[in-house]
Amino acid sequence: MDIEKYISSGILELYVYGALSEKENAEVYQVLKEYPEIEEEVRAIEKSLLQLSASTAPYNPESVFNSIKDKLSSGDIEVKTIPIHTKRTKWTSYIGWAASIALLIGLFIQFTKNKELRQQVVESQIEQNLLEGKLNVIENDLSNAKSLLSVLRDKDILQIPLEAQKVDPSAYAAVYWDKEKQTAYIDVAGLPTPPPGKVYQVWSLQLDPLTPTSLGILDKFTEDETKIFSLKNTNESEAFGITLEPEGGSESPTLEQLYTLGTVAS
Amino acid sequence: MQPEELIFQLQQKNEKAFQRIYEMYSENVFGIIYNILKDETLAEEVLQDVFIKIWNNADSYSPKKGRFFTWILNIARNAAIDKTRSTAFKNSKQNQTSDNFVDILEQKSSFSSKMDAIGIKKYIEILEPICKKVIDLLFFKGYTQKEASEELQIPIGTIKTRNRICINKLREVLAE
Repeated sequence: MDIEKYISSGILELYVYGALSEKENAEVYQVLKEYPEIEEEVRAIEKSLLQLSASTAPYNPESVFNSIKDKLSSGDIEVKTIPIHTKRTKWTSYIGWAASIALLIGLFIQFTKNKELRQQVVESQIEQNLLEGKLNVIENDLSNAKSLLSVLRDKDILQIPLEAQKVDPSAYAAVYWDKEKQTAYIDVAGLPTPPPGKVYQVWSLQLDPLTPTSLGILDKFTEDETKIFSLKNTNESEAFGITLEPEGGSESPTLEQLYTLGTVAS
Repeated sequence: MQPEELIFQLQQKNEKAFQRIYEMYSENVFGIIYNILKDETLAEEVLQDVFIKIWNNADSYSPKKGRFFTWILNIARNAAIDKTRSTAFKNSKQNQTSDNFVDILEQKSSFSSKMDAIGIKKYIEILEPICKKVIDLLFFKGYTQKEASEELQIPIGTIKTRNRICINKLREVLAE
């Protein structure tokens, strides 16, 4: 094996980071056993990382050790043994032997069971962690959905459907405009995903004369699953439109790329 | 150095060995955790949890799985990432001023005697921006190569070698 090449591939750094797959990890372990030079390299990498990680500690946490010891000792269970003295006659010793063999078998069974149970505990802890993660995500989604629902139910909110234009006759969007709070919620679930490098931009329009004002760009379009975005709108809007613009948005709307448009009923 | 004898004694539940292991690695663990949480009180809490796990699960470590430091590193990162889901963390987040380990080091005024403070400071000065990100993601945050390549938008094939270049500079500076 070409040791130089192996070292310079950078795999050993990732080995110390713990960033390799289980399989790659096992392979590196085999190589380390065979080539002391490579193990030496791993030590050197580890040494530098020890220095780097220690240097990001805000201070040396020496005093924390006592709290750890306290926690550990309060969790310890002391096992006391009680000495047993008995006199045995010849025939009772047979019973004694039989009993201890039975006890041994019993202990062995208990031991195996105990091992299984421990394993189960570990597995359920892992599962619990996973579920907690999922629950968090769901709770988040739920609270998002609830706040959206409260917007939709509010009677003071104007609902403005935005109809499709020439570019894409199947496009559809809606604006829910809370004049009081000067907020417009844009529902764009009916718009196609923008091509790379493009972004939807929302415009507030005044009709006479036609003056567009940008309310903002929907640069989180693909990430947000609800496809409802809230934008600030302080304008006296008479209509709303959505256009497709280059990344970062434009000063004024590109009318050939007008996807949807709708006027506010007065 | 891999303290084989100490690890063996730790697995035998030897408290002296545990204390030595704590002295050897607590600052590293604390550094890793702090870099993820950026809050001293929370980081201390997690530090305690991590060493309790090390004591309780020492049996499950085997050299076949990797370096002992790597094993500890994994426990520390996982525990810290778990903590980021807590409300305490979400509340603490507002007063964060640092982004990654480089910011922490730049804001830091005193270093413990255990490390080469001058070397580390010098390293931060010469470190390229991409190196800061690569080391932060792979080492401190425990990203896989794939995750790091997506986050940094550089091809996965170059992550390994790029990272080696970054670490080599660290080693050069520390060896001076």
